[in-house]
Amino acid sequence: MSPTPFEYAPAPESRAVVDISSSYGLFIDGEFVDGHGPAFKTVNPATEEVLAEVSEASAQDVDRAVAAARRAYTKVWSKTSGKDRAKYLFRIARLVQERSRELAVLETLDNGKPIKESRDVDIPLVAAYFFYYAGWADKLSHAGFGPDPKPLGVAAQVIPWNFPLLMLAWKIAPALAAGNTVVLKPAETTPLTALLFADICRQADLPPGVVNIITGAGDTGRALVEHPDVDKIAFTGSTAVGKAIARSAAGTRKRLTLELGGKAANIVFDDAPVDQAVEGIVSGIFFNQGHVCCAGSRLLVQESVADEVVERLKRRLTTLRLGDPMDKNTDIGAINSAEQLARIRALTDVGDAEGAQRWTAPCDLPDHGYWFAPTVFTKVTQAHRIAREEIFGPVLSVLTFRTPDEAVAKANNTPYGLSAGVWTEKGSLILRMAGELRAGVVWANTFNQFDPTSPFGGYKESGFGREGGRHGLAAYLDVA
Amino acid sequence: MNRTSTAVLDDLGVRGEVTASDASLRRFLHGLPGVDKVGVEARAAALSTRSIKTTAKAYAIDLAISMIDLTTLEGADTPGKVRTLCAKAVRPDPTDPGVPSTAAVCVYSDLVGLAKADLGSSGVKVAAVATAFPSGRASLGVKLTDTRDAVAAGADEIDMVIDRGAFLSGRYLQVHDEIAAIKGACGDAHLKVILETGELATYDNVRRASWLAMLAGADFIKTSTGKVAPAATLPVTLVMLEACRDWRDGTGATVGMKSAGGIRTTKEAMRYLVLVNETLGTDWLTPDLFRFGASSLLNDLLLQRHKLATGHYSGPDYVTVD
Repeated sequence: MSPTPFEYAPAPESRAVVDISSSYGLFIDGEFVDGHGPAFKTVNPATEEVLAEVSEASAQDVDRAVAAARRAYTKVWSKTSGKDRAKYLFRIARLVQERSRELAVLETLDNGKPIKESRDVDIPLVAAYFFYYAGWADKLSHAGFGPDPKPLGVAAQVIPWNFPLLMLAWKIAPALAAGNTVVLKPAETTPLTALLFADICRQADLPPGVVNIITGAGDTGRALVEHPDVDKIAFTGSTAVGKAIARSAAGTRKRLTLELGGKAANIVFDDAPVDQAVEGIVSGIFFNQGHVCCAGSRLLVQESVADEVVERLKRRLTTLRLGDPMDKNTDIGAINSAEQLARIRALTDVGDAEGAQRWTAPCDLPDHGYWFAPTVFTKVTQAHRIAREEIFGPVLSVLTFRTPDEAVAKANNTPYGLSAGVWTEKGSLILRMAGELRAGVVWANTFNQFDPTSPFGGYKESGFGREGGRHGLAAYLDVA
Repeated sequence: MNRTSTAVLDDLGVRGEVTASDASLRRFLHGLPGVDKVGVEARAAALSTRSIKTTAKAYAIDLAISMIDLTTLEGADTPGKVRTLCAKAVRPDPTDPGVPSTAAVCVYSDLVGLAKADLGSSGVKVAAVATAFPSGRASLGVKLTDTRDAVAAGADEIDMVIDRGAFLSGRYLQVHDEIAAIKGACGDAHLKVILETGELATYDNVRRASWLAMLAGADFIKTSTGKVAPAATLPVTLVMLEACRDWRDGTGATVGMKSAGGIRTTKEAMRYLVLVNETLGTDWLTPDLFRFGASSLLNDLLLQRHKLATGHYSGPDYVTVD
């Protein structure tokens, strides 16, 4: 028998498991209501098909949502025992698990990420974060914040489009566990799973007003975070918007946590387990099309093994399967929006112009939708813009180093500091690097691993405050 | 026909240096990149989620059937048992001549003559386990005699076991020289070297033993005897396939891979084929370079083949019990 290609036949997940309405309102005080701003469309980035029309919340709608959250806080949630708050959170976690297939399909349709990621990573983690913080709700007096730590009140939460439901879970689960009520705004390109989550809140009999979800773009977000009756702002997104929020919150009583951009170094030493390091480089930058704030977008590889590592990396990248995100065998899905695609193209063009060497994985891009093939730039130096600015796409910049000191210096030479990776078989070197790297998370011989028990957050322009773990509770308690 | 690995290495002038002493062999094997356990298991698990359906499944089922070394290795093996096994290997489904034959039948060395006579010119090869299988605890002289007997009786392939005791105590040169000696006794027969990965315990050991076997002239490297648990696993197979890939890149020579023991279902077999496809590529998707050592797997493949063709599941009474 002569070898023939092993072509994987299409294995699409069924989209029939989820009902998408033609239009969605805002979720305020336990009810879906129409917004007063102009409706906007959310599209499937893999096909450019319009999925639904969504209401934009006006300043007046934001006011109603914050008022509902305040009412629920004062009258109900602040008087609900930790044990009972836990009951609601556990219920939500179980409902997320029960409806996981529906949530995964909807996430993939609205975001463009491969179904295997929404199915195996996003949605299981969403349930895990709710389970984890449900466990804390009646144990706050044992969390190390004093005998009776108090909630802050109403939290305004603004989240990005890269992990829509997971970022919602990172925000809502600790806020509710600590006894706050929330008004959350999902990103304008990915509002649908948040709206399905609103339905889950109703299904769980969560008291009206404890969770409010309002949709819209930058203006809605600004109205929300600048609202005078908000006690706490939690934002995940770009550093530019984070700075604007920090300016607007300055001089107010509002507490603020920011989780912003990153330009993480993934550092490979010459004694690294090379096949697994290559896998780690791939998952570090090509997971979720590189739409990951903690992505390992700068590969720092020891010069003595650089050629071998890059060659192995390119060979591995040729096996990545780009295409229909609903296909269970797809590794690389669609870029979330035309705007993001334009930004990736612009920055990679700068890479060419500045003299870096571009290599693109050989793959056919679909005719419709927003796509960018996995790309590696070699011959990159610290001075190149592609080594300094966050691209937020499937683009890796490869730099080299000679000694551990040089690796640390180059890794830390960035305004960001969200994450880093270290690959070596030498335990003492891992510990040394972890101590010297100025990044909120340092992964050793792995990358992009998330767990609800582990705090996550940045140094420098990557933000402040921590999400996840016991530390994540501090952001929603009156303890600072 | 590919050139043998040893010839290529001799040309490069490296084999003599590496295998000059226990110390040099040790330096070489311990200089190979390490294997991170968590990482390799995660990669194998990730590839297991590939969804192989419809036309891809039909292709993979027939490919898997053609890659089977249909095996019986019992103390209770009789001429009758071997005869039914051979008939099944040539024509796995008596109702459907479209089903390919298996690659080989695998028996103890004393039954080779019988199997060879039964298989005749069918194209199905006879593989014999030799070298004091499965423990390998005998003198080199006994192992060589065992091998020569099997070859003389007509074996096309020899499945030998390495001396795990020597490997684990660091006597790498002894393991190497024994494999090379058996290779010398094989003549034209292909040599599969069984590492018995369940006894080597670590992935680093699996990688080192794979390279050791290839350095000594193995035509195939094979996971297990099937007599020790765990037998073949996906991560172990992945580490060995990576060794085959790096060997090819370094020497230009092709060494085959056989996963044996514990693979019973079509679903599992698909996962191994995906692993091969995405590690070594299409070139390795041939019985010349990848084999399954299995017995019950064949019937499950036949059931799934039937279900794919007819749309319904026929049940175990519709495949032959051998």
